Amino acid sequence: MIVGRNWRLAANALIWLVLLTAPLWLNAVGGYTQLGTLVLVMALAATALNFLLGYTGVLSFGHAAYFGLGAYGAGLTIKYLVPDTLLGMLVGVAAAVVAAAIVGRLIVHLRGIYFAMVTIAFGQIFYFIAFRWNNVTGGDDGLSNWSRMPINLGIDKLDILDSPTTFYYFVLFFFALSLAVMAWTLRSPFGRTLVAIRENERRARFLGVPVDAHIWLSWMISCTFAGLAGALYALLNNFADPHVLHWEQSGEFVIMAVLGGMRSFWGPLVGAAIFVLLQEYVSSMTENWMSFIGLFFVVIVLFFPNGVLGIVSRA
Amino acid sequence: MTQLVLYNVFNGLIIGAFYALMALGLSLILNLSGVINFAHGGFLAIGAYLAYTLMPYLGFWGALAVAPVLTAALGVLVERLLIRRVYGRDPLYSLLLTFGLAFILQDGARIIWGPETQPFAVPGWLSNSLSSEFFFLTGYRLFMVALATVTVIALFAVLRWSRLGMRIRAGVRDLETVSALGVNVGRLRSLNFALGIYLAGLAGVLAAGMLGLQPTIGNDLIMPSFVAIIIGGLGSLPGTLVGGLLIGVASGVTTVFFPSASEAVIYALMALVLLVRPRGLFGEEGRLQ
Repeated sequence: MIVGRNWRLAANALIWLVLLTAPLWLNAVGGYTQLGTLVLVMALAATALNFLLGYTGVLSFGHAAYFGLGAYGAGLTIKYLVPDTLLGMLVGVAAAVVAAAIVGRLIVHLRGIYFAMVTIAFGQIFYFIAFRWNNVTGGDDGLSNWSRMPINLGIDKLDILDSPTTFYYFVLFFFALSLAVMAWTLRSPFGRTLVAIRENERRARFLGVPVDAHIWLSWMISCTFAGLAGALYALLNNFADPHVLHWEQSGEFVIMAVLGGMRSFWGPLVGAAIFVLLQEYVSSMTENWMSFIGLFFVVIVLFFPNGVLGIVSRA
Repeated sequence: MTQLVLYNVFNGLIIGAFYALMALGLSLILNLSGVINFAHGGFLAIGAYLAYTLMPYLGFWGALAVAPVLTAALGVLVERLLIRRVYGRDPLYSLLLTFGLAFILQDGARIIWGPETQPFAVPGWLSNSLSSEFFFLTGYRLFMVALATVTVIALFAVLRWSRLGMRIRAGVRDLETVSALGVNVGRLRSLNFALGIYLAGLAGVLAAGMLGLQPTIGNDLIMPSFVAIIIGGLGSLPGTLVGGLLIGVASGVTTVFFPSASEAVIYALMALVLLVRPRGLFGEEGRLQ
């Protein structure tokens, strides 16, 4: 696990270089800018989940709910209230935070498989609200007829609507900010305590750590960034549909984190990139893509439980 | 109005019976092996489609008898080849594995039998309404309730009195000791898994007769089954049964007054139970927490 400091700096620099230059070469390698943006959005959600899963050791299988609340919060605000992108994002994140605070209060004392089950089930409430409240959310057809708005910076306008590249950098800005906050939190004494809880909850409790409060806070941080990712996702598509709230989406976030490597900070980014590209490729090749994705899950669990970066760091 | 309420309560009871059959199977597997079987809904679909395929040869009754057994056999195969490998590992992996299997089973059903809804004919004398006033009391619906009741009684009898049932109950308490006493735990888990999948297959055949056949037939039943287990309390099979019936009826009653909340209400009920009694109605303190 111990990688030299220089290596780590080099790896970080390389990752940021790739992310910063992606719009320049994505088209040349057969991709397109929106696909890069989608990778960033999914990577943000998976990293947010991994804050809880990989660093606190708490298994949430219901993160799609907070992702979806972010998406619907942003979309509904822009469509019905004020056509302002940043305000929409703010409302989206706030919706996710409020829901997470309430649900978190109910489940924070649960552990392991029980926690997973309850998070999945709670996620369904929001799914059915989006699905059933037709005249507001658009029901099964989704929330359409709205779009992200250019951002007025005072001197200049940031045209995120018509330029996919500008929007990519807009998302990258929030991605970088979020990851910096999460990385910084994990380095703080609070973050170290989370890892201690993951490693041995009973010992942490004996040391006087208020474990439930720590898990609740970790859950809140995780859901906040999941909500932000959801808001960005809705902005990317100018659309939100109930599927973003569905438990299948939650499962996809978990597999992204596991696929990349739960124990490394960059793992979810790697996992999200692989998953998004694979899904894009497979669903364009065959209509049996669900079987392939399912098979993919099985293969990862049986043969690569430590993920891509887990293999790299062991080698 | 009374008729409408009765109709929806009865409907809720039937749906609740499906939830209970599903949830009892899930609960059996969860209690003994610590695995949440996401693929349960997929097995339900396979059971329904197998019955559909067998019906021209065996008739409705033959298909009803044979399809769940074949589904259970498929379940044992999957358990031996795949699920067995994640026992004892972080629950994360069993969740992801069965999640993948759920995709494969559902998509497999779509590839083999097609995405369209297929009709599933039940014997004519079962589908007639028994009363002109209570039009919803068809023979098939009463039959479903009766069969589900018999099945649940049989299940509890097996667990209570048979050697297998005793071993399962002992294994839920302390698998290590059971193993030390010379019971083949691997086989016990397989049989237990088969029992759970049998219930899913049976629920599938019954559901197909009511709803028609679709590859996604199990999807709407799996989440409420989780809720049934949580409300009833982890580790308690009677709790699971009560939980399933309760949310079925709650959903049915809500349909009368506020139809668009008929799905959400069961999750609200779960939130209430978790708030007032975190271990569930019949759950043991501290189990799996």
